Amino acid sequence: MRTMFVNCLIEQARKDDRVFLITPDMGFSVLEKFRDEFPDRFLNVGIAEQNAVGVAAGLALSGKVVYVYSIIPFITMRCFEQVRMDVAYMRTNVRLVGVGAGFSYGPAGASHHAIEDIAIMRALPNMTVCCPGDPVETRELVRRSFYHEGPMYFRLAKNGEPRIHGEETRIEIGQAVWLREGTDVAVVATSNMLESGKVLTDKWVGQRKSVSFVSMPTIKPLDHGAIDILIQNGTPIVTLEEHNIIGGLGSAVAEVIAESGKGIRFTRVAIPDEFCHVVGSQSFLRKKFKLDDIQYHEVAN
Amino acid sequence: MARDHVANIRQSIIRMTHRSRSSHVGSCLSACDILYVLYFKILNIDPQDHKKPDRDKFILSKAHASAALYATLAERGFFPGEYLDRFYVDDGLLPGHLDMDAVPGVEVSAGSLGHGLSLGVGMALANRQTGNTGRIFVLLGDGECNEGSVWEAIMLASTLRLRNLTAIVDMNKLQGFGRTNAVIDQSNMADRWRSFGWEVQAVDGHNIDDLDRALRGSPKRPRVIIADTIKGKGVCFMEDRLEWHYKSPDDEQCRQALDELERKH
Repeated sequence: MRTMFVNCLIEQARKDDRVFLITPDMGFSVLEKFRDEFPDRFLNVGIAEQNAVGVAAGLALSGKVVYVYSIIPFITMRCFEQVRMDVAYMRTNVRLVGVGAGFSYGPAGASHHAIEDIAIMRALPNMTVCCPGDPVETRELVRRSFYHEGPMYFRLAKNGEPRIHGEETRIEIGQAVWLREGTDVAVVATSNMLESGKVLTDKWVGQRKSVSFVSMPTIKPLDHGAIDILIQNGTPIVTLEEHNIIGGLGSAVAEVIAESGKGIRFTRVAIPDEFCHVVGSQSFLRKKFKLDDIQYHEVAN
Repeated sequence: MARDHVANIRQSIIRMTHRSRSSHVGSCLSACDILYVLYFKILNIDPQDHKKPDRDKFILSKAHASAALYATLAERGFFPGEYLDRFYVDDGLLPGHLDMDAVPGVEVSAGSLGHGLSLGVGMALANRQTGNTGRIFVLLGDGECNEGSVWEAIMLASTLRLRNLTAIVDMNKLQGFGRTNAVIDQSNMADRWRSFGWEVQAVDGHNIDDLDRALRGSPKRPRVIIADTIKGKGVCFMEDRLEWHYKSPDDEQCRQALDELERKH
């Protein structure tokens, strides 16, 4: 995902002078290609996230489209008020690009886990929240971001995620992607849980269940239409995300269900509302918090 | 003429804070002479064409002094003076802290301290990179310099040698809950900026000619003007009094203040 992001950025920067990249001293082994090709449009501001976002907003107010790249907690929370005032309030064309979704940096500890970012970013007026789940979704949404007006947040995972979508897939901001249609249960996944959603779907299909599999690469604006279809059909929904159970995809989908006036079976699979005090890799922590261990009878009839 | 404009700006501020019962009149009055010199003598701006691409840009980082900026912009002809009646009131037009959507001439939205200099660094960098001759001016409070983010921006500006960037510190020596140097000792303010790589000039922040001179010239590096000011300047019972960070003039105080400003006029 990181490589796809920077490759898309380079491709656009070759023909588009507005593209600018800022980092608060992150991006070793990822951003060098951009830096070397566009030294005038790359800036390492030092380990100073508040200033990184403020400078980005100043550049954006002067006509640039500015990408600020760092690890998620540092690019969302350390500088949250700069994001609120200088990016969201002023509707500047700043794109916050965070890497390390959920437990991507598992053994590094809770300081580096990204479990609250979707919730806080989606509460900001004007902010578009993109959570791509594979390199194709990353490519599509980054390409759309060049011509999108207003602030955006990108929640990236790391590198090496498998492709879930076909090469030719086209995805718009705010659009859910239907990977499979069925009526027994619907798996709605976002961000780095897309692959798990695929595995789960394949398992249940193997058990002769009729499964809908929907990817939600944009959390805000949420594709209400896709959820409405599932509600109308009375399909039980299970949401998958590597994020706190409060405020992420599950919460966003729950809001749509609650206001529909129709009850359907609904399950949120997410990280419980607690900090992680155990040490382990991403896959170890996923098992620990039961993100990868969902049985059909627990979520559908 | 200078005295006329500056007195008008100060009188507008008294009326605005009186009518709306809002705070920060002292913070506004300390900055009036600086704003006057910028808007009437220094900035390359055109109220009729307020978005012209090569304009100089001014950022009021101490945005709690918004009334001073609104009054100055009205005095300079960016919008009608009647707009000032709609400051900080129901169905108002001008919020207590800055909203760039509200009226022409407000370059950035602001209101939380420690944001403006970073924005200025971004704008100065963009202008240098695109060959735009517009210069960037940022006004900060001395209390505002408590914010760590200000120093992040200071460090980067000198690293980038942004000679099109000028900061002005409105050194009125009072902040929200005490004497500035008693809260955080910044008595060597000029040395601090200098040691971070900026050109520094200290001036009397109420002397029009000194301010005018300091804000001209073409510096080799980013430049800061440390403006020695008096909180509440121009109204004797407000000068150097912490309470006027919060209080608004009542009917009698408003009359007294307007009279005093009229007499000095």
